[in-house]
Amino acid sequence: MKAEKQKLTGAEIFFECLREEGVDTIFGYPGGATLQIYEKLYDVDFLEHVLVRHEQGATHAAEGYAKATGKVGVVLVTSGPGATNTVTGIADAYMDSVPIVVFTGQVPTHLIGNDAFQEADIVGITRPITKHNFLVRDINKLAETIRKAFFIASTGRPGPVVVDLPKDVIASSAIFDYPKEVDIRGYKPQYQGHMHQIKKAAEKIKNAKKPLLYVGGGVIMSGGSEELKLLAKEYNLPVTMTLQGLGAFPGNDEQSLGMLGMHGTFHANMAVNNCDLLIALGARFDDRVTGKVDTFAKDAYKIQVDLDPTAIDKNVLVDLPIVGDVKHVIAEIAAELDEKPQLDDWWQQIRSWKEECPLEYDTEHLCTAHVIEKISELTGGNAVIVSDVGQHQMFIAQYYKFNHPRSHLSSGGLGTMGFSVPAAIGAAFGVKDRPIISISGDGGFQMNIQELITAVYYKLPIKFIIVNNSFLGMVRQWQELFHAEKYSFTDLGASNPDFVKIGEALGIPSFSTDKVSEVEDVLNRAFNTNGGPTLIEFKVVMEDMVFPMVPSGAAVSDMIIKRLNPKRMV
Amino acid sequence: MKHTISLLVENRFGAFDRVATMFSGKGFNIQSISIGETEFEEISRMTIVTSGDDKIIEQVVKQLNRLIDTIKVIDLTEHQTIERELALVKVNFQKSNYSEVKDVCDIFRGNVVDINNKTVTLEITGPPAKIDAAINVLLPLGIIEVARSGMVALKRGDQVKVKAINN
Repeated sequence: MKAEKQKLTGAEIFFECLREEGVDTIFGYPGGATLQIYEKLYDVDFLEHVLVRHEQGATHAAEGYAKATGKVGVVLVTSGPGATNTVTGIADAYMDSVPIVVFTGQVPTHLIGNDAFQEADIVGITRPITKHNFLVRDINKLAETIRKAFFIASTGRPGPVVVDLPKDVIASSAIFDYPKEVDIRGYKPQYQGHMHQIKKAAEKIKNAKKPLLYVGGGVIMSGGSEELKLLAKEYNLPVTMTLQGLGAFPGNDEQSLGMLGMHGTFHANMAVNNCDLLIALGARFDDRVTGKVDTFAKDAYKIQVDLDPTAIDKNVLVDLPIVGDVKHVIAEIAAELDEKPQLDDWWQQIRSWKEECPLEYDTEHLCTAHVIEKISELTGGNAVIVSDVGQHQMFIAQYYKFNHPRSHLSSGGLGTMGFSVPAAIGAAFGVKDRPIISISGDGGFQMNIQELITAVYYKLPIKFIIVNNSFLGMVRQWQELFHAEKYSFTDLGASNPDFVKIGEALGIPSFSTDKVSEVEDVLNRAFNTNGGPTLIEFKVVMEDMVFPMVPSGAAVSDMIIKRLNPKRMV
Repeated sequence: MKHTISLLVENRFGAFDRVATMFSGKGFNIQSISIGETEFEEISRMTIVTSGDDKIIEQVVKQLNRLIDTIKVIDLTEHQTIERELALVKVNFQKSNYSEVKDVCDIFRGNVVDINNKTVTLEITGPPAKIDAAINVLLPLGIIEVARSGMVALKRGDQVKVKAINN
């Protein structure tokens, strides 16, 4: 740098750090505590600042960007309410291990603790929902802290990091010196798997009669999809994926059993229940996957590969833990194998389960499953699908055949309604060569509906799809099945707005249909509309339910397979 | 089962809070916790007494290790250790019971650290069980208040070297 000895202001140092980190997009909203940064932003030409309409949108957008690209998503907001509005997105990123760095403005250091205007202890608030966080008290530590923040967010098991920037620190000056190396003595992720354990795992695979790969989001995060494909194809192993794992292995491959767990396929869950070897790759035995833990894969020898030691033995005790980078460990296990195991009987069994209970839906009335299946067909499984939370999310997991990693962006751990619209916006800034499709229910769509304005302003080619059943469908499903059909406060029908009119008010070409026969045509028209976002509403049947379903805390064998209620219309 | 965990953390803003937040957030219990500097001023040692089955203790240790500010976690339960706690015990003071108080104090090798017309305050150090015993004996004499430091502990003999920590 030319100005080697010259002092830079905190705001200048801030942007120099972002330049060093290769940041090309930040999602933000200005305010009193970040005025100096926004003043400096006027002269910054190496990155695009995306103005969202609410700070929660900024964090979800950063998540969408990070999930779709694998790069760190960056957020810049002001102090107090600006900071607290990011909390849901940060908690979401923490649960799904998404690398984001959230910069929050803060009142000047001498006012911290004084209940100053727009003051909130965001470092205290976010401590349990961040991988780490920092309050920068000294301008001389600013560059080093930002370096560490990006390093911590993106290495090991990724996660959100908050950096709180008091206004006086940003206003003061220091010599800019960006550390090349980061050395944090308490933080040394272990990427190398233990060779003895890896050999033992390979040995187990060789001798297994009924092996099953149980693939989680860790495979995608580690960039291990190719290694997984090689291992599975070469040794003919069946693959089931978690919600976050979808896309790690091609959904249209005959070795894919689809998703397992609460709304997993019958054959995936039966395979888990009956396998003699379960190989968990970057998956954490979440309660939505295991159901009742005592009965989960109870006769199987369990191998778990994970970068995070705390994920091992947390919910289910495993027989063979391997701490290490999933991508490398998969490759090393594959290297230890030689001949194809004889799995014909096992595959025959799995295929018969699949035939016994395939995924199916009512084709007479317009159902979400049909919409998703059509989208899957029309995009050839190559779109980036950004789901919201609820029934449609599960239908996406069941019916969209993801062909690539980083194609299924979904709030899995926290289950944040309102995720889809802003996350799709973030994805659209990171991915330019594939269609971005946001799919929400009518409830979740209204939770961050303001971000449609962001999509319009930046002319983002996102297809915003609303599957409108006039209900909070998943809650309704539980009310029907487990809560005496008391549909308490889940009926949105009377109060829902006219979504097409909302779209049109924002200048978005908008479509709507409630007919099965029109789905393909409407989708094609929307997909062929260019120049900005489009909005498509599908008015789907109200009473639809997601099956199969393993009730919360029940054993996988207690799966509800069919619609049970004779009073049901569909 | 009770476990004593010795934790070396960066002596910096928020480090203690992170540990406490982890325990409360994960629903682990803390029976006692004590914090102080070590031979390096930038490192603090926390001695945490917690309890749980093996699965819980394994998670406690892993979750502590996962914190960025954590430098080293040692479950002392598996080792020969020296364990000490300090208690200040304020008891009623009457001429008639002074010799009894003094006897108890001597037996437990404590010190009288404050005395006035109404109270006498004893300082007792030792393993927590010894403190418990002393307090039990003093109870009938009329304890007014007790302050316990929480336990500190170290491995016996060849210490866990804090080597490579000061890099």
